[in-house]
This record gives sequence, structure tokens and C-alpha cells, in this order.
Amino acid sequence: MSLLSEIFAYFNYWVVVILIMLGMYVVMANPNLVKKVIGLNIFQTAVFIFYISMGEIEGGTAPILDDAFTRYANPLPHVLILTAIVVGVATTALALALAVRIYRAYESVEEDEIDAEDARAEVQE
Amino acid sequence: MTLDAVDVAFTEAAVGAGIATILMLATLAITSARQKPSEKRALAPMLAAVATGLVLAYGLADLPPFADPEAPAHRHVAPRYLNESAKEIGIPNVVTSVLASYRGYDTLGEVTVIFTAGVGVLVLIGRTRHRRRENDDE
Repeated sequence: MSLLSEIFAYFNYWVVVILIMLGMYVVMANPNLVKKVIGLNIFQTAVFIFYISMGEIEGGTAPILDDAFTRYANPLPHVLILTAIVVGVATTALALALAVRIYRAYESVEEDEIDAEDARAEVQE
Repeated sequence: MTLDAVDVAFTEAAVGAGIATILMLATLAITSARQKPSEKRALAPMLAAVATGLVLAYGLADLPPFADPEAPAHRHVAPRYLNESAKEIGIPNVVTSVLASYRGYDTLGEVTVIFTAGVGVLVLIGRTRHRRRENDDE
């Protein structure tokens, strides 16, 4: 019983750990550049969930001041993650632009094909 | 909304889920939507990911439990924001007050990052197509 409540006290954090593992694995193992970006986004979302979970307070409500409430969630993580979401989309756009640029140069977004192309170019020199 | 983060929820729904998906689909339309099946077994990344997961799980033990009101994160500047922002800034939404006023420099930095990323995207795929031929012999 106490083990179960122990697990549920950290449930959000366990989800974060699993998402970080997933994202990391995709970034490292998948040779497709677009899917690497998706893995990076999964990793990023895990960090967002982590921060927002830290901001929650038992019995609190959204941090919009009103006389009916006295207890609010911590607004600071919300602000930081709001900024991080927008910055994350900007970096995603940059990463995808890099993928498009690589595709134009190599006709492929697969890492192994790009490496093979590079090796061929080196042999020709 | 069980986490009480309404502003973040809206931003993530609009910017994260909306614009990021459009960018992703546009990239897939320009490049190839199909991935070549690879028979390479990725054991090392699996080990690295599991090792990181174990370290993180070890670190979890030192965190305060979820939604604990006594957590250190809630005892630093957050009470001041909640108690004083109505007087100092005068908007009920504390997230807006912190974003635009207390941490306005953060938002300025964010705008700089977005601007830089936009310039980077334009430099990378804006009008480089006509130069590709010249670079081929490199």
C-alpha cells in the first residue's frame, strides 16, 4: 500500500523519466533526420511536464488572482515554460530547415546515405 | 488542467501543437515521407537511454512529492509574485505579470532567439537554390 502511494506521489516524474528515455533513444538511434527532430521534441516536452509538475500545489488553482481563492499554483515555472515552448518551436524550425537544406544537397535525409555520399565524394578526390 | 497551468496549455495547443505540426508536415512534403528500413541494431543508444533513465530515477528519490506545498520551489520568489503583483502590476493574471514585467528581460531574450532562428531559417533555405550547382565540385 505504501509502495503504491509512493509510486503515485511521483507519477508525473516517472512519466517524465520515460519520455526522456524515449526521446533520447529516438535522437540517437533513428537515422532519419526528421525523426531525430521529433525525438528532440519528445525530450523537450518531458522537460515541460517536469517544470509544470513542480509548479503544482495541492489544493491550488490557476495563478489568476481572485478573492474566492487563496492558494495558487506557482506561476514561475509556467512563465519559464511559456518562453521555452516558443523558443522550442523556433529551434525546431531551424532544425527542420537544416534537414531541408541537407535534403537539397544530398537528396536524402537518412544519416547512413549521407555518410555514404560523403565517403564517395572523398574517394573521388 | 489538473496542473493549473492554463496559460501554458493554451500556448502549447496553439504554438506547440499547431505551428510545430505545420512545420513538420511541410518538411515531410519537401523531403521524403518514407524512411528506408534499416537492419542496424541500435544497442548502444538503448543502453545510454536506459542508463540515463536509471540516473534520473535515482534522482527522483530526492525530489519533494508531487504537489507538495512545502517544496523549496514554492518558498522562494513565488509567494512574492502572488502577494505583491496585484499591487505592483495590477493585473489579476500573475503569469502575465511575471512574463511581461518581473521577467521582461527573459521575454526580450526570447524574442532575440526567435529572431535569430528566423534569420537562420532564411539563410539556410531562403534563396540558396541557384548556388547549389557551383558548390557541387567541392
